[in-house]
Amino acid sequence: MTTIALAPQRKRTGWLPTGILVLGAVYCLFPVLWILIASTKSRGELFATSTYVPDLGLGIVRNIGDLSSYSGGIFWQWMLNSVIYALIGGVLASAVSACCGYALAKYRFRGAGALFNVILAGVLLPPIVLAIPQYLLLSKVGLADSYAAVILPQLFNPYGIYLARIYANASVPDELLEAGRLDGAGEGTLFLSVGLRLMGPGLVTIFLLQFIAIWNNFLLPFVMLSSDSKFPLTVGLYSLLQHGADEASLYSLVIVGTLLAVLPVIVLFLSLQKYWKVDLVSGAVK
Amino acid sequence: MSSETLTRLADPPGTGQVRAARRGPSGHRGFPYLLVLPAVALLVLFVIAPGIYALILSFQTRHVSGGLLGTTSETVFAGVDNYRNALGDGTLWSSLLHMLLMAAITIPFTIGFALLFALCLDALRARLTRFARLSIFLPYAVPGVIATLLWGFLYLPATSPIGGNHINFFGQVAVFFSVGNVVLWGAVGFNMVVMFTALRALPRDIYDAAKIDGCTEWQIAVHVKIPLLRPAILMCSLFTVLAALQLYNEPNTLRPLANAISTTWVPLMKIYTDAFVNSDINLAAATSVLYAVAVLIISVIASRLVARRASGWSR
Repeated sequence: MTTIALAPQRKRTGWLPTGILVLGAVYCLFPVLWILIASTKSRGELFATSTYVPDLGLGIVRNIGDLSSYSGGIFWQWMLNSVIYALIGGVLASAVSACCGYALAKYRFRGAGALFNVILAGVLLPPIVLAIPQYLLLSKVGLADSYAAVILPQLFNPYGIYLARIYANASVPDELLEAGRLDGAGEGTLFLSVGLRLMGPGLVTIFLLQFIAIWNNFLLPFVMLSSDSKFPLTVGLYSLLQHGADEASLYSLVIVGTLLAVLPVIVLFLSLQKYWKVDLVSGAVK
Repeated sequence: MSSETLTRLADPPGTGQVRAARRGPSGHRGFPYLLVLPAVALLVLFVIAPGIYALILSFQTRHVSGGLLGTTSETVFAGVDNYRNALGDGTLWSSLLHMLLMAAITIPFTIGFALLFALCLDALRARLTRFARLSIFLPYAVPGVIATLLWGFLYLPATSPIGGNHINFFGQVAVFFSVGNVVLWGAVGFNMVVMFTALRALPRDIYDAAKIDGCTEWQIAVHVKIPLLRPAILMCSLFTVLAALQLYNEPNTLRPLANAISTTWVPLMKIYTDAFVNSDINLAAATSVLYAVAVLIISVIASRLVARRASGWSR
């Protein structure tokens, strides 16, 4: 077929598209590589030495040591907080999304259409519009500046529900549920043993999206939290930079902190590549 | 999943099917409500209630009266005073202007580069595509605040490896491009992958037909692929418009380094400053409500346009 006719051409490299792609990759990797080099330098070297030459000594170890001892090791507390927020929030939000999406896809019940529309409208509200009243309401019940204040508002995820509904429609056949009902299985059993299992890969994608969204979130914890022992990495490093504006010696700490904050996400990202199918992310399941 | 159920599935449609239809999900009325309950509870507690509360706050004001026994403050109905103050505030309009300028920079660059990279990935003779796809998608996983810190040090004269001591990346005009660059860096990969996925889904024989007609690969990209990609491009544009309206993290994080960025540089920064720095929750609530309404209107119009264009294409 045509592939045979095209095969010889494939061997020649198209320099223009390859060149553009390499430039794009360099643009995207450059800041990460630079922060890696900058992390190896001591405070003095950071401002004095040639920017592209790393300090091959123990500079990075020293810098990580400095960062770890800053304010009693608070950086690692921030890292742990970020993991707690993203992990707990991600799991719970995926569970909420899975339940709601499955119900919307597999049952006809009163108010289902209206509910779905209200949920979708939630995507459009800018987060700060809700963050301020959320903060005021949570402080009335004494929950402001707590872990719950950061996790609870992020459990309702319209996009996750939307995706779960699509995955349930696409991957859980009605016939299978009917057959299960004939076998006398209860609705709960069917949901847990048939629905959830078939929706599995899609649910992993929803979890990853939610994990990244919470890990990346700045505004909500920034509004909710006042004690720095509860900060996630984003808010912690931001506060460190704000101090650093007066005290340039903190810059090298922010640089190492930035590197350490990027690395786990990159590792997670590369190791879970097979779940990053964007046709799933964009909801285009056939 | 028992094998028994699977055998049932293979059964020819008969009495079983009829019985199932009669019993159906309606025999379990409570269950779907139970499933949606957590989502509905969260929706009410964390979206609807705060929304109504913001609306109430926007019509109130705190009345501070100083007496001999110290000052007391009480909340009183203010009518549309907060809205009048919000709309009469020059910083709101300049923040909107900044946001629009940022959108004018970030939207075309993000969509343009995403499209360019997607087409290159799809090009027949491109090499290193796997490496490039991963590298360009990678910044999507980097938080906006962290991305801004990365670029902030690249811009900062004292540490810049890209000529920050010659070029002022934080100048009044340059700062728009400096912020725009951080936004582009974070967004281009995601949009590229969405467009690339759409390209891969197109039937390959269209290209063969064009090739037989003597089209070069460049011509195929411009005259065949781009028109067919229109729904994906429109969807990405919608994502990018929504992100542009909610711009906050990048300018807010760059502010300690860049004097050109004020505390009210974009609307969301102004709302935050009003609420927590100036402690005028009521003004902030009024501005939030106005902003939410504007965003809803723009989003509805934009998604209608996208839906119409996309369906126009498929016909």
